[in-house]
Amino acid sequence: MPDVFAGVKVVDFTWAGVGPITTKYLADYGATIIRIESRNRPCILRTTPPYKDGLPGVDRAAYFAIYSSNKYSMSVDMNHPKGVELARRLIAWADVVAESFTTGTMEKWGLGYEEVKKIKPDIIMYRTNMQGQTGPVCRLPGTGVNLVGLSGFAHLCGWPDRVPSQPYGPYTDSVAPRFGAAMLIAALDYRRRTGKGQLLDMSQFEAGINFLAPLMLDYFVNHGMASRMGNFCPYAAPHGAYRCRGQDRWCTICVSGDEEWQSFCHAIGNPEWTKDKKFSTLSGRKEHELELNHLVEGWTINHTAEEVMTLMQGNGVAAGVVQTSQDLFQDPQLEHRHHFWTLNHGEIGAFPHLGQAAVLSKTPAQPRMPSPCLGEHNEYVCKEILGMSEAEFDQLLIEGVFD
Amino acid sequence: MLSALEGYQALDLTDDKGFLCGRILGDLGADVIKVEPPGGEPSRRIGPFYNDIHDPGESLYWLAYNANKRGITLNIESEDGQQIFKKLVKKAHFVIESFPPGYMDSLGLGYSSLSQINPAIILTSITPFGQTGPYSHYKVSDIVEMGMCGLMYLCGDPDRPPVRISFPQAYLHSGAEAAVQTMVAHYYRETTGQGQWVDVSIQQSAFMATFNAPWFWELNRVVLKRAGAWRTGLTSGVLQRQIWPCKDGYINLPVYGGALGARTNRRLAEWMDREGMSDDFLRKIDWDTLDMGSVTQEIWSHIEQVMVKFFLAHTKEELYNEALRLNIMVYPVSTPRDIAENKQLEAREYWLQVEHPELNESITYPGVAVKASLTPMRVRRGAPLIGEHNPEVYQELGLSQDDLAILRQMRVI
Repeated sequence: MPDVFAGVKVVDFTWAGVGPITTKYLADYGATIIRIESRNRPCILRTTPPYKDGLPGVDRAAYFAIYSSNKYSMSVDMNHPKGVELARRLIAWADVVAESFTTGTMEKWGLGYEEVKKIKPDIIMYRTNMQGQTGPVCRLPGTGVNLVGLSGFAHLCGWPDRVPSQPYGPYTDSVAPRFGAAMLIAALDYRRRTGKGQLLDMSQFEAGINFLAPLMLDYFVNHGMASRMGNFCPYAAPHGAYRCRGQDRWCTICVSGDEEWQSFCHAIGNPEWTKDKKFSTLSGRKEHELELNHLVEGWTINHTAEEVMTLMQGNGVAAGVVQTSQDLFQDPQLEHRHHFWTLNHGEIGAFPHLGQAAVLSKTPAQPRMPSPCLGEHNEYVCKEILGMSEAEFDQLLIEGVFD
Repeated sequence: MLSALEGYQALDLTDDKGFLCGRILGDLGADVIKVEPPGGEPSRRIGPFYNDIHDPGESLYWLAYNANKRGITLNIESEDGQQIFKKLVKKAHFVIESFPPGYMDSLGLGYSSLSQINPAIILTSITPFGQTGPYSHYKVSDIVEMGMCGLMYLCGDPDRPPVRISFPQAYLHSGAEAAVQTMVAHYYRETTGQGQWVDVSIQQSAFMATFNAPWFWELNRVVLKRAGAWRTGLTSGVLQRQIWPCKDGYINLPVYGGALGARTNRRLAEWMDREGMSDDFLRKIDWDTLDMGSVTQEIWSHIEQVMVKFFLAHTKEELYNEALRLNIMVYPVSTPRDIAENKQLEAREYWLQVEHPELNESITYPGVAVKASLTPMRVRRGAPLIGEHNPEVYQELGLSQDDLAILRQMRVI
């Protein structure tokens, strides 16, 4: 299968979520990506659970590994003058420099955009951080977990009578990379056609707000103040997660139109209460939603979540298991789609890396290499890519440049 | 100003499952033509609404995600409509659709037909679970996808059902994901001349938001559970707050230990001390070595109790302002108003004014997601009215006024 980005070279200083998820697109479609990592300050995904067998270790962390298939790893001490020199040689080789540090970090090493451009005039520099490269707050440290608060998602998750429930993890880290990657590929194509590079500045805060855009229009136009509302949906009833048989098992059901309501009633065997006139229209079902939800759950509780889903779908009603982590690894649809790429990781062993969410008919993404151990490719990159001699590589090794 | 996709054209047949894909291509400079059935796309009825009036022309959801698109009507279920669509495909570069698997094929407009008309065409199909597989014909909605992708089980209070994010997210993941995958295919097309079929799964797109959670099962046989305002997924099992009530709302402070959190924790402790709200217990803590992976519930509960009192005595604005001064990771839990009034966004000139002549006003929109120095993303126009660009688009295709009148009469457009 052909590689879309064959020949595209990326020197990747990014860490944590957004940067590595962005460069994953390039890696999985054939670009050469060299992760520049630090042994003194390893990527925080390497020091976050879960670990293989529960034992911490930079090469045992799933969080790092899932986004890092098809990438090389190099450990470079950027506080060592020869470390910076090595980075400059890689930049001269690269088409793209990617980084996701707090603003000012690359500048501290003399690798701001202006300097990088002097090394490689047609470079594309992809920079992403919390709140952008400019403005009064650009240097404030933080993680995607903080941005979930700042960008509004925490406020919008949970129950109206309770403290907000922050959505799991650094939610905006799943949002921002899509915008960043689309722009980055567009910039690569533009460069291919015109020979011109450029600077890309992606604020993860700004990108995140794009997933709430209609609510911001609602605020500006109507002074609307959207807030969390559990699983309430103005256009559907029943609508929610319903408790099923078993330990903390749930199935979602969404009934929007009256026709779907009839299908739903049929699916559960038309019990007497479904014939109550007050439930026959959407507005009636909304008006008596609490009672309705109680009755629906009275039925679901006697069935497994899988049975509810299958029965509903068999009758044309939207429904799905609220899948746990265990369910996801047994999901026949995800398996059919090769959602996980099992590759033999140097330390973890056979390990399901994250695949791609789309299948391209002529150039499907290819798992070629497992996620690297920290610094696994120091020698390969120096000798094979930069063409260093054995003696020069050994000298750098002795001087602690790879520490 | 230059645009990266200047000169490229996309035909966008999606409903809300894929709006954002065309919007992003449009932001990158493509000429995106929204193709709706005569009478308009049903997804125009998704709220919120302009002036809270439920009129299909005035859905703010529609406006937000269909900006940068022109709009035509075309009945692709009619034979004449299919002929016209094929003519459009001949000179287009992208087709984006979100019909159920097999629908386009049943109209003779599947990838094999379109690629015969235009071998360089990229067809991007966005479906609930992908084109094939055991769930490929399942019916879904946002909540169903949020459950199936694995995020929902991890969200909400432990004593209540799992919750979705209250504003639908799954189809935004698939729309944005489709934009990236389409750009990958575009890059390939530009280097080889070959188009292809891009088959995007909504479930897989939204899965991205589960991060490391599923792998707790894979590596440790642990099923992570929802923990409300607290953090889940830590080795120690200690309950650690991420969301804290303050005087006028909530703030966000996930307490990290070790090097990552040391500065924030130490400066926060000093700040509480300056205001006379700390105690001897906190003064004795060595914040550089405090490890949230091994801290005991007893120690943590004491720290938490002091912090709760301190935050309740301050507004989120006071707390964020001081956090900025101290350069520490205390963030507000923003409401829409807080986001609208955010000073950083203002300083970066984030907000855009988009003219809406049909409403006789301009509306403030969130800005584009990436600032690019040479080929910036831009918003050039608001979303189209139903069939707004029929005259100009069909004229570009070489149809005469008389042709259009006949097609209108036959309800093709």
